[in-house]
Amino acid sequence: MFAYAIRRLLVAVPTLFVIITLAFFLMRLAPGGPFDSDRVLPPAIEKNIMAHYNLDLPLWQQYLKYLGGLVQGDFGPSFRVRDFSVAELIMSGFPASLQIGGTAILLAVMIGVSLGAFAALRQNSLTDYSVMGVAMVGIAVPNFVMAPLLTLVLGVYLSWLPVAGWGGGAFANKVLPIVALALPQIAYISRLTRGSMVEVLNANFVRTARAKGLREQLVVVRHALKGALLPVVSYLGPATAAVITGSVVIETIFDIPGIGRYFIQGALSRDYTLVMGVMIFYAVLIMVLNLVVDLLYAVLDPKVRYT
Amino acid sequence: MIHTTASADAMAGMEELEGRSLWQDARIRLFRNKAAVVSMVVLGIIAVMAVLAPYLSPHPYDEVYWERIQMGPDFENAHWFGTDGNGRDLFVRTLYGARVSLMVGILATTVSLIIGVTYGAVAGYVGGRVDNLMMRFVDVMYSLPFMFFVILLMVIFGRNIFLIFIALGAVEWLTMARIVRGQTLSVKRKEFIEAAHAGGVSSVKIIFRHIIPNVLGPVIVYMTLTIPQVILTESFISFLGLGVQEPLTSWGVLISEGARVMEQSPWMLMFPALFLAVTLFAFNFIGDGLRDALDPKDR
Amino acid sequence: MFLKHFKRASLSIGLAVALAGTAGAETVLRVGNMGEPATLDPHHVAGTWENRIIGDMFMGLTTEGPDGSVVPGAAESWTISDDGLTYTFKLRDHSWSDGTPVSADDFVFALRRILSPELAAKYASLLYPIKNAEEINNASVADLSQLGVRAVDAKTLEITLVAPTPYFIEQLTHYTAFPVPKHLVEQHGDDWIKKGTIASNGAYMLDEWVPNTHVRLVKNDGFYDAANVTIDKVEFFPSEDRGAVQKRFRSGEIDIAKDFASEQFDFLKKNLPDETRVAPYLGIYYYPVNTNKPPFDDKRVRQALSMAIDREAITDKVLKTGEVPAYSFVPPGTGNYGDPAFVDWMDVPYKERVAKAKALLAEAGYGPDNPVKLTLSYNTSENHKRIAIAVAAMWKQLGVQAELFNQEVTPHYNKLEQNDFDVARAGWIADYNDAQNFLYLLETRTGRQNYGRYSNAQFDDYMAKAANTTDMDKRAQYLRSAEAIAMEDQPVIPIYYYVSKNLVSNSVVGWEPNVKDIQRTRYLSIKP
Repeated sequence: MFAYAIRRLLVAVPTLFVIITLAFFLMRLAPGGPFDSDRVLPPAIEKNIMAHYNLDLPLWQQYLKYLGGLVQGDFGPSFRVRDFSVAELIMSGFPASLQIGGTAILLAVMIGVSLGAFAALRQNSLTDYSVMGVAMVGIAVPNFVMAPLLTLVLGVYLSWLPVAGWGGGAFANKVLPIVALALPQIAYISRLTRGSMVEVLNANFVRTARAKGLREQLVVVRHALKGALLPVVSYLGPATAAVITGSVVIETIFDIPGIGRYFIQGALSRDYTLVMGVMIFYAVLIMVLNLVVDLLYAVLDPKVRYT
Repeated sequence: MIHTTASADAMAGMEELEGRSLWQDARIRLFRNKAAVVSMVVLGIIAVMAVLAPYLSPHPYDEVYWERIQMGPDFENAHWFGTDGNGRDLFVRTLYGARVSLMVGILATTVSLIIGVTYGAVAGYVGGRVDNLMMRFVDVMYSLPFMFFVILLMVIFGRNIFLIFIALGAVEWLTMARIVRGQTLSVKRKEFIEAAHAGGVSSVKIIFRHIIPNVLGPVIVYMTLTIPQVILTESFISFLGLGVQEPLTSWGVLISEGARVMEQSPWMLMFPALFLAVTLFAFNFIGDGLRDALDPKDR
Repeated sequence: MFLKHFKRASLSIGLAVALAGTAGAETVLRVGNMGEPATLDPHHVAGTWENRIIGDMFMGLTTEGPDGSVVPGAAESWTISDDGLTYTFKLRDHSWSDGTPVSADDFVFALRRILSPELAAKYASLLYPIKNAEEINNASVADLSQLGVRAVDAKTLEITLVAPTPYFIEQLTHYTAFPVPKHLVEQHGDDWIKKGTIASNGAYMLDEWVPNTHVRLVKNDGFYDAANVTIDKVEFFPSEDRGAVQKRFRSGEIDIAKDFASEQFDFLKKNLPDETRVAPYLGIYYYPVNTNKPPFDDKRVRQALSMAIDREAITDKVLKTGEVPAYSFVPPGTGNYGDPAFVDWMDVPYKERVAKAKALLAEAGYGPDNPVKLTLSYNTSENHKRIAIAVAAMWKQLGVQAELFNQEVTPHYNKLEQNDFDVARAGWIADYNDAQNFLYLLETRTGRQNYGRYSNAQFDDYMAKAANTTDMDKRAQYLRSAEAIAMEDQPVIPIYYYVSKNLVSNSVVGWEPNVKDIQRTRYLSIKP
């Protein structure tokens, strides 16, 4: 397994290279440039700016320059934000995203798995339907509705929690964003858990275990749940990466200094280097988390072997 | 190891024999599930309303009523759901929105289902180097900026609502592929598969006859999760100006418009959101019903 | 009532939030600034949200008074030569926040820096009225000392212009003309703007900038007028989500919100009547028409399109935020101008206008059998969308088939610059309070910013005449004649004049609405 992990990490390097190359050229195909705005720049000034950012070079030279910088750990300057480099922006934004996203995903796994298992054990009963129904609210009410609703009720009307802002990372400021971020995840995870749990509960080895007279609790926890978690774990890899790299909607509504906004803002304003930087960061996270998921598979299911 | 030792040969044979009755059986089970049946009826009603939208309201979907801008439900003028910020009837717009959202939801999910299930099953079943390569490709796709992908499609092929389906489906299949691959990895070690393999059944046949039916459970559950995701992503794309263009609309667009004025004009949020929620619930219960009905171990 | 009650209840938490970032009984002004600054370097700044921050930190030769009018800043007094070309400024005795005195050299250094091609400053063109500024910026003159700016002595600065420029004194309040501390920029290069190396000459100095969290300024005790500055700290929050900012304002987490959504105006007016502040603003919302492309090269088609727009319906029924229907390109009240030249059909009742528009279209060869088909482009925004829908509905009565085309902002303006559109949404906020700043958009030589590529020799002629006269009345006349031509030709369809929309807490004292929407913190105070 260790060798497998090493091999995967080695494969990651060319994968990353492919991603960078594809993204670099794809992005330049999109219409509009980083300096298009309602103020047209006089030709002389535009020329100065293009030269300043090397945008006047042929594309392949820009690409090589960018790669050269990357090798030295330089993500380049942002095209829009002047006073911070891309690396500084990511480093200052990631802790906030990680705190909010990490907590949300943990919360979602705990609540989601419990709800899902609970519902599965009472399959097709009223309890099952109501638990799943409540969980579905997290999906059926999109977060751009849920988040303003939460702030309106808990922040403006009841004044229990701050409406928005980071507050230097105060706990009160994190509650609502975490809840808003966790709700849909709870829904997804509980549904996945319930689905595969129902399946596993009907599987032969669980039936046998039950027939052998093992205690119900033990059957559920040791055998059923473990098997049922496979699809959940599959889902968690990319979901975790997506959640801890921040959600643009949540960050905008709650004014959280995460990196989720950089991607969309960067893409909209054609801030090529910022988008590339966030994307590379995200790609590395995805690959690491997917590796973790694959290794977890082997732990959860002895039939999955890596050689 | 707690495993039954039922003859794998016999099991494989049984499935061959019962090939047709599997689906008949599933249908009977599905129709026995009350929640699923009610959901199908509800979805049917919404779909029929969407199709008949022009005949259900006296108002065209794009008519601007200058005297009735952003007004609450008003039965005198037949604005049952009120009007939007441009004085257009919200009832008929909600139904037109249903057309776009339901189509996006179903078609994009189908695209993602076909690609994802096939891809995941092949990767998981074949394994080894091929699996590795295929999954790295998924990694690449995951990390590529989805938005540029969509923008590019629009730029290259022009604006077309069907492109949204393709773009969304082409992005949403990734997680599906991972889930199917994971399931396949564990199913393929099962005795009846190994037996079928030893018995000389071709790989393609094994994948489609044995692997896929056995991984359908989580796939269907995930599918019912994909539908809402796709419907909401569509609203984001439309918001960027790449999806449906005014005066056409979708639920996602109506809801994001309504969310902005939820305090002042709650009806603008309530009605489209209600339709979306009911639809998603219905899909969800149908999904559960289907899953139960198709569960091979339950038969 | 209901709201007020909740607002008071929330004060405690609002305070707690405020205190989390500060200490003691200082007065803090918290501003919902509607944008994350891209930079604090005055030479690279390009947005109003950045101006709000650096305008508190730096002070140009002239600066804004409490009501936005021009008052002496770093210069105590000045004289202008008779030909209107040479300005001599006497600097005030004051220092950078690190104690170094501000000298005329700092101004010379700053103006040379922003104009040097290597710096690639976006807004440098605003300084082109200065002698040789344009030549230095486009690298045709390499010798920076050729710039028409000279330090006569440590406290005397002389600026020479290319042509008499009646708005020059006002332009000096703009951030492009801010001084920078020569000794620090020379030592630290572009990094001088970071905390620890920065010094400013205004009422406040940088305390902290956490990206996407806040920019905090603290009072500069060395400021020449520090005795009259009462607010100790200013915090600028970057959120662009107007709904969220509005909620933060209502819960007492911020004192001033620099914008709110039009849809929410009715609600705000009802619930926060004293705190919702709307005022005229120096800007025009308009639809440029592509004059290069048939059928829009036909003046009659453009006139018909313009006449058929019921601007009152848009401002009163769609926007409802007090915007003023526009029948001219230059907003009324613009400096050095007087009344703008309105379209001559301004007072014709709407019904008659529609009939006239139909007749014009028929004359041009268009009608029910041969409808004008066009694409109306707008960039992503709720208001742009709602206006476009309304306009399309109005054009429908002429038989014009308008297809709406929504794009994100970058490709939208990219297409406009490249003259690749039929009719599109655009807006212009004046850089300085002068009619020329609007009308130059329609000159042939303006090029890409003249989106519709309008070209009329007579118009250009009047603009050139206006540029070369020192007689203010004559100049205004020339400009008005030019505008009258443009309003007859309708290369741009004016829709409405902008308004500034603010939410200002009742506890903020000294906040005055004005056409530039600039209220510097040094003039404000907070009621306990």
